[in-house]
Amino acid sequence: MARVSIQTADFDLSAEIAALRAADPGVGAVASFVGTVRDRNEGSAVSDMELEHYPGMTERAIEAMIDQALQRFDIKAARVVHRVGPLRVGEQIVLVAVTSAHRGQAFQACEFLMDYLKTQAPFWKKETTPEGARWVDARVADDAALARWGIQASNA
Amino acid sequence: MKVQVRYFAALRESLGAAETVELPAGSTLGTLRDALLARGGRHAEVLARGRAVRCALDQAMSDETATLRDGAEVAFFPPVTGG
Repeated sequence: MARVSIQTADFDLSAEIAALRAADPGVGAVASFVGTVRDRNEGSAVSDMELEHYPGMTERAIEAMIDQALQRFDIKAARVVHRVGPLRVGEQIVLVAVTSAHRGQAFQACEFLMDYLKTQAPFWKKETTPEGARWVDARVADDAALARWGIQASNA
Repeated sequence: MKVQVRYFAALRESLGAAETVELPAGSTLGTLRDALLARGGRHAEVLARGRAVRCALDQAMSDETATLRDGAEVAFFPPVTGG
């Protein structure tokens, strides 16, 4: 199964996890994170958003992050699905799922991958508000989140 | 030598999706940015050094010290906001 999918279509969390752990009876833990479109950002109501990416680089960047996660943590497999294109409030944006023998490493690797993705994967969100469409600003807090893992980011 | 320059997000809206730029051999990513800035207009505005602009060389995050080769793919874009 592919480790990384960039797609406009929605994803099914249960099906993704079932596929990720199907091949390995040694899996004892699955940690997953799903990011969704919020109805407010920076004090404005948000009705929908458009997600742009850099085809080719996005996949390569996330593949490299998964390689790093496999080196750093005692995990069995990882899967990242990220949607692009138009998305409405409440829709799923991103899935990170990780399997391991025990929960600790799966929790950590899942958070590591998400922190990494936030500042190093080339995606850009443009949200629609009552004041018009605007590009979302990067957050310094996301750089700080990655720094906790010993990786210096200077995205924001 | 020629390099392909790609823009994303707000930079794409201002400058278009891609262009080919002719540069002296041995140019760095910083040299390329200088050449684009020297054109003035929108290029000078959105690529200004005070602006938050990130860059990639051959589809990997990079910085302005990177040396370019003929046929390289360079991208300029705002800080990323996925997830």
